[in-house]
Amino acid sequence: MAQTAERFFAHDAPRRTAPWRSERVRSVVFQLAIVAIVVAIFAFFASNAAENVHRQGIASGFGFLQREAAFEIGNKVVPFNPANSYGWALLVGFVNTLTVSAVGIVFATLLGFVVGLARLSTNWLVSRLALSYVEAFRNTPLILQLFVWWDVLRISAPPDREAWQPLPGVFISLRGVTFPAPIYHPIYLWVAIAALLGLIAAIALGAWARRHRERTGRGLPSIWIGLGLVVIPPVIVFLAGGAPLSFDVPQLLRFGFRGGESVTPEFAALVFGLVVFAAAYIGEIVRSGIQAVSRGQIEASRALGLSRGQMLRLIVIPQAIRIIVPPLTSEYLNLIKNSSLAVAIGFTDFLSVGNTIMNQTGQVLEGFTLIAVGYLLINIPTSQLMNLYNRYMALVER
Amino acid sequence: MNGAATQALGFQRGYRWARANLFNSWFNALLTVAIVLACVRIALPALDWAVVRASLNAPNIAACHERGGACWAFIVDWYRFLLFGRFPYEEQWRPGVVIVIFLALLLATCDRRLMGRPLAALWIIGLAAVGVLMWGGVFGLPYVETDLWNGLPLTLILAVGSIAFSFPLALLLALGRRSSMPAVRGLCVLYIEVVRGLPFIVVLFMGVQMLPLFLPPNVFISKLWRAEVVFILFIAAYVAEVVRGGLQAIPRGQFEAADALGLGYWRQMRLVVLPQALAISIPPLVGTFIGAFKDTALVTIVGFFDLLQDASTGMNDPTWRGAYVEAYAFVALIYFVFCYFMSRYSRYIETRLGKGRR
Repeated sequence: MAQTAERFFAHDAPRRTAPWRSERVRSVVFQLAIVAIVVAIFAFFASNAAENVHRQGIASGFGFLQREAAFEIGNKVVPFNPANSYGWALLVGFVNTLTVSAVGIVFATLLGFVVGLARLSTNWLVSRLALSYVEAFRNTPLILQLFVWWDVLRISAPPDREAWQPLPGVFISLRGVTFPAPIYHPIYLWVAIAALLGLIAAIALGAWARRHRERTGRGLPSIWIGLGLVVIPPVIVFLAGGAPLSFDVPQLLRFGFRGGESVTPEFAALVFGLVVFAAAYIGEIVRSGIQAVSRGQIEASRALGLSRGQMLRLIVIPQAIRIIVPPLTSEYLNLIKNSSLAVAIGFTDFLSVGNTIMNQTGQVLEGFTLIAVGYLLINIPTSQLMNLYNRYMALVER
Repeated sequence: MNGAATQALGFQRGYRWARANLFNSWFNALLTVAIVLACVRIALPALDWAVVRASLNAPNIAACHERGGACWAFIVDWYRFLLFGRFPYEEQWRPGVVIVIFLALLLATCDRRLMGRPLAALWIIGLAAVGVLMWGGVFGLPYVETDLWNGLPLTLILAVGSIAFSFPLALLLALGRRSSMPAVRGLCVLYIEVVRGLPFIVVLFMGVQMLPLFLPPNVFISKLWRAEVVFILFIAAYVAEVVRGGLQAIPRGQFEAADALGLGYWRQMRLVVLPQALAISIPPLVGTFIGAFKDTALVTIVGFFDLLQDASTGMNDPTWRGAYVEAYAFVALIYFVFCYFMSRYSRYIETRLGKGRR
């Protein structure tokens, strides 16, 4: 009886839950348990590792980074010789990875946009061709494609004397790809500065024109003026400097090529393979981004009487870009990560240098830690930037 | 209608189609001509090499070179090694049956009528059969160690095993990432972001070279299972992100309704949220699976005899040295057939989901 009365009047008294039923307490206990389990697993692995390292007599610590490397790196942007330290070797590998990635990203973006637009072409042959390209390269492993390109350059390519010449001045032979390079002249620096200033002016003008249009409804041909600002000043500087343009064109001599720039077969195969593979994905991203802009938007802009150019510039491209950029960024990250397949075709990238060092010193734990940190240093900031961009773009939405 | 008139109509239709699809502007006309010319210059010689002058039957590569075409005789001679690697020759029917079992399981998974318990039962029976056939040691089948599980069965075991066993871990990671408990969320985010920030090949190297260091000295795990563990842990982070995408697409009202029904967290997830979230996640999940399937090819770098390694062994055989295009074409075709089929299936699911929504 007393119990019923108590329950009946319970809402008057402050309600007390037993501690084990309170959500707060439960949540804290649960989290403590999870953290304890994770720590226990780590402790188990760490103690095993400590014991194994001790038992196998492997050195520990990062002291090895200062020791002499005593191996050669075939491909390098940064100077290196075997007398340099392991630490420097790792840096050379890291710069190689960044170089391959940067070159790959530029060409993959260009080719990818071409493929994406070709997929949308009204020409049946063009769109079918682009589709076959996408299906062929997306449905086979990248490593297989890299092996094929590498073997083509290593086995099927001709010696220097009979080098393939896909474009005038560009030679493909067993020793790699040789191509003409412009000879540097001090005026180039000023040309670059002029272009940069022009670009800044164009961006400022674009922002002003946009505000002007929103205020008055009158548009300026800001694209054309902007383009003029970017192109004309550098051209004037270039001409004023006497137009010193000359190319160092490779020439075939008796013992191979002289002049021009050249890249090794490994570099060429890696970059080519990464570009061709990534472009298939980027093509699909571009196509779906453009198609995702709803038909109503296009019809509405026609109804407003916008020209085709205005429609693309003001309506379609801004919306498509918002859809395209996030997957495009993660495709770039994939390309950077995939560049580690270099290790399979003998290009000395970050992973492959790290691997050599681990083979020589036996310090796997430290080696893998450095390698992991290196890749995370590239990837995590990029993905954070992408998240920021996403948030910024999402604000524009209703 | 008589024959000539039908033919004339056909021509007219073809002409109209060509006008609309190939020559609708001067630019497109130019492109069409350029592509046709390029096809004549590239596709015809390729066809000549691959079909007309190819040899299906030849004693060695020199005989193929004499005819000047592809050396498919190499594939005919070596197909068993390419598919099964070093698995004992007279026992190779076993991995053959395993391939058929995997194909049947994959097909059954695409059949909607089997969804749920029957499918789970099929998978358990199928995987048990795979285990018996590969290992042997029972029913009078000789025992075969995992080092000899090569070629296509290896690819399938790694890919299917990784996606199937990573799924529970991925579900927990995805739910954890959306949890309101900071410690749980933090750990899940850390795991997912770190794993996704690393190239797969780095993780694979770690698993093969470093994992033994983390185990007690008396424990030994064979290379195959080490690679499988690495695959599971790696793929789980990607699957978790896919599932999270599905979870985010579930409207708030569903959670609130489940709350109102008085369901606890786990029952809410099991009965209301996950069934919906997983249904929308199927197409991207298939995409992840295709990625995992292609990634299995990377085990060749750490010294597994997968399809690619078998192919390189073949092309370095003195009798067939240099037949690398043929070998790669064979391997590429296998990968292509699997991946193409799966991507078609994912597109089919996508259109069906789309219809259900509208």
